Amino acid sequence: MKFLHDLLEKQRPQFEKGGKFEKFYFLWEANETFLFKPAATAGTKGVQVRDAIDLKRMMMTVVIAMIPCLLWGTFNVGYQHHVAVGEETSFFSLSNLLFGARWVLPILLVSYAAGGIVEATIAVIRKHPINEGFLVTGMLIPLIVPPTIPLWQVALATVFGVLIGKEVFGGTGMNVLNVAMTARAFLYFAYPSQISGEVWTQLAGKTPVDGYSGATALSVAYDTSNAGAQTVVDGLNQANSALAAPFGGEFFSFQNMLIGGIPGSIGETSTLMALVGALILIATGVGSWKIILSCFAGAFAMGTIFNMVGANAYMEMPAHYHLVIGGLAFGTVFMATDPVSASQTETGKWIYGALIGILTVIIRVVNPAYPEGIMLAVLFMNVFAPLIDYNVVQANKKRRLARATV
Amino acid sequence: MSKTIKLKKGFDINLAGKAEKTIASTPPSETFAIKPTDFVGMKRPKLLVKEGDNVKAGSPVLYDRMQENVMYCAPVSGEIVEVKRGAKRKILEIKILADKEVEFETFTKFNVSDIQNLSKEDATAQMTKGGVWGNIIQRPYGIVAKEEDTPKAIFISAFDTHPLAADVAFTLKGKEEAFATGISILKKFTQGKIHLNTDLNGEVASVFANVGEVENNKVGGPHPAGNVGVQIHHIDPVNKGDIVWTVSPYGVAQIGTLFLEGKYDASRLVAVAGSEVSTPQYFKTYTGAAVNKLVEGNLKQDHVRVISGNVLTGESIGKEGYLGFYDNLLTVIPEGDQPEFLGWIKPQKERLSFHRAWGLFSFLNGKNKEYVLDSNTNGEPRAFVQTGTFEQVVPMDIYPTYLLKAILAEDFDDMESLGIYEVVEEDLALCEFIDVSKHDVQKIVREGLELMQNG
Repeated sequence: MKFLHDLLEKQRPQFEKGGKFEKFYFLWEANETFLFKPAATAGTKGVQVRDAIDLKRMMMTVVIAMIPCLLWGTFNVGYQHHVAVGEETSFFSLSNLLFGARWVLPILLVSYAAGGIVEATIAVIRKHPINEGFLVTGMLIPLIVPPTIPLWQVALATVFGVLIGKEVFGGTGMNVLNVAMTARAFLYFAYPSQISGEVWTQLAGKTPVDGYSGATALSVAYDTSNAGAQTVVDGLNQANSALAAPFGGEFFSFQNMLIGGIPGSIGETSTLMALVGALILIATGVGSWKIILSCFAGAFAMGTIFNMVGANAYMEMPAHYHLVIGGLAFGTVFMATDPVSASQTETGKWIYGALIGILTVIIRVVNPAYPEGIMLAVLFMNVFAPLIDYNVVQANKKRRLARATV
Repeated sequence: MSKTIKLKKGFDINLAGKAEKTIASTPPSETFAIKPTDFVGMKRPKLLVKEGDNVKAGSPVLYDRMQENVMYCAPVSGEIVEVKRGAKRKILEIKILADKEVEFETFTKFNVSDIQNLSKEDATAQMTKGGVWGNIIQRPYGIVAKEEDTPKAIFISAFDTHPLAADVAFTLKGKEEAFATGISILKKFTQGKIHLNTDLNGEVASVFANVGEVENNKVGGPHPAGNVGVQIHHIDPVNKGDIVWTVSPYGVAQIGTLFLEGKYDASRLVAVAGSEVSTPQYFKTYTGAAVNKLVEGNLKQDHVRVISGNVLTGESIGKEGYLGFYDNLLTVIPEGDQPEFLGWIKPQKERLSFHRAWGLFSFLNGKNKEYVLDSNTNGEPRAFVQTGTFEQVVPMDIYPTYLLKAILAEDFDDMESLGIYEVVEEDLALCEFIDVSKHDVQKIVREGLELMQNG
């Protein structure tokens, strides 16, 4: 490997100040530091040894935590297709994986490519290092879009997210909003017809079987409640009854939604896989367990309150259903915990997480326009996180002041 | 009231190469140096000697023009061989070639009853003239104390939790009387208490056991439990307008010796430790010793970093450097200037980490594993990203990230209200170690303190 390192180092003068490619220093640096941990040593004064962690490793931990969701999503895209067009298939079959990969991989590649180009361009223009944060964003965006999304929209949304969500503020660490959620919100408001309605199953031009409906559990719940004739659970049980549920019970049974055999955005359908990701994030300390726990607790508590109010069928939907339908679990685990846009104080994290959970359920149940609440709840709380922190820090200042005047 | 404080937050860095409690019999160092840069806050050092002069141990060598009475004295007798200057003729080192037998400058001697009756003014005069005043550090700011101030309390941390720290009790063996006398002297300077803080989990050494006139507090927990700043925060915190003093146990004994024996006694036991030292043990030498004799023939390999002090707060001085005024530890670790293929993602157990992110398995090793760490930064500087980790290694009611950001933004009100008066560099050194984004936290803290001090 010394040979490779020497080869890279030989190019260094060309990229350093005064060199031919001076402008592209940070591109070269990104490549070099990606291959080799740099030889930089601690300064003369201050700490002489440093922790083994670095930001790349931290970001990669999040990417690794998302892999279960990505794999599951790939199988599920295939499964939803095959079951919708009436082809018998078991969930973990090769044909599901291949079909899923055929639609998921291009989205993943486009997202990484589009974002990577923006990152690199901005790094050259603004002369700052290439941000590792994009390792995570590039993976998150494919997981929160439907498998039928046009690739150009993926590219556009990624560019928007990275540019407007992050780079205008100065790059990773400076952004106010979660980058991936910004990208999705952009898609949602700019191209609503490609990200709502019957877009969740990739039919690939085939005709679906009789009795098929492409709606997600959330919209089924919403429509049932509007019709007012039956409970949401009954409505869910009857929907898509023509299709085979991969994990027992009805198509939209609790266990099916928990395990994740339902249509939806690529990565969001399996609450179970999101929990596996949560375990990885919590065990590694990269994601805040406080945010994850309080977010689920907030959603459950708000669901319970709605149960008690009981003004319509949606409000009467059992509170635990809220935890498994839609993208709550995925958003909680991977979006709410983004350390940059979340609350930064430990007390603040409890409040921040709980409010995301509560708001998600309120938006779902009360707001007629948006079937999914987590996206707006996370963005909303991103904006409020500094206010929460401000008050937590203010309390610390007051304690100090009180002590001084005693 | 004596307090017992148990701290949970913090992090112990367990390094290989702890010093055995034996004293080496090597020829003593030949040269010694006084470094004005050791004295934080010294603005305009004025030299009192020139090259070729002969000095005795205790002869004044320089003072700060901002504090003209406080003398910094030669640790040994001998000839001034070099005054090393840096950019803009800044004085870096004043080197003294030591005599074979150390001759002492004589100061007034006192017996125990004299000391009781000694006035604060006379004590101040003797201490500032006799080279021991520099041991007294003032909080806030962590600078050498001013004679005209009256601190609300004086704090002494009797244990050191830094990595590879010298054993305080071992280095003070036989200094019981000097230490007790030093306390009696310090008592004259404050209406408040003198807090002597010992390790909750260790035995109280004889030197600290029977000292009158002090509050005996117990503090326990991982590093930084031994940091006097952390102890102050829990015992009697520094508020706006307060002044407290801190003195190292060695400094207390040195003050005592000045009054008991009438001499500036700069002899001290220095621990030479670290993974690259062949026989880590203690050396008897003087403050500011040249380290070449301490490391010569005592290293496992040549490509090393020689640090005056510990790996968290120390200074890299090289094999020809000199120990700092306040340091009784010399740490030698491998220099980490080698690139590592895919080092940023490789799973590893050998590099210590406070974190558990992907592939950082050092937490599986248990607490007793001794690490060989090199000076590599293990990553490049980035913006603040990870949150909530600084708080886990600072056992104080302080938000380190907010404080650091206030300093970077030069927001005076916020710095003050977020508690800058309560910290100096060493209190946040662990933040710098664990920082994912590799900030120079201690440097930022010092910049903040200087802003507060000078505007």
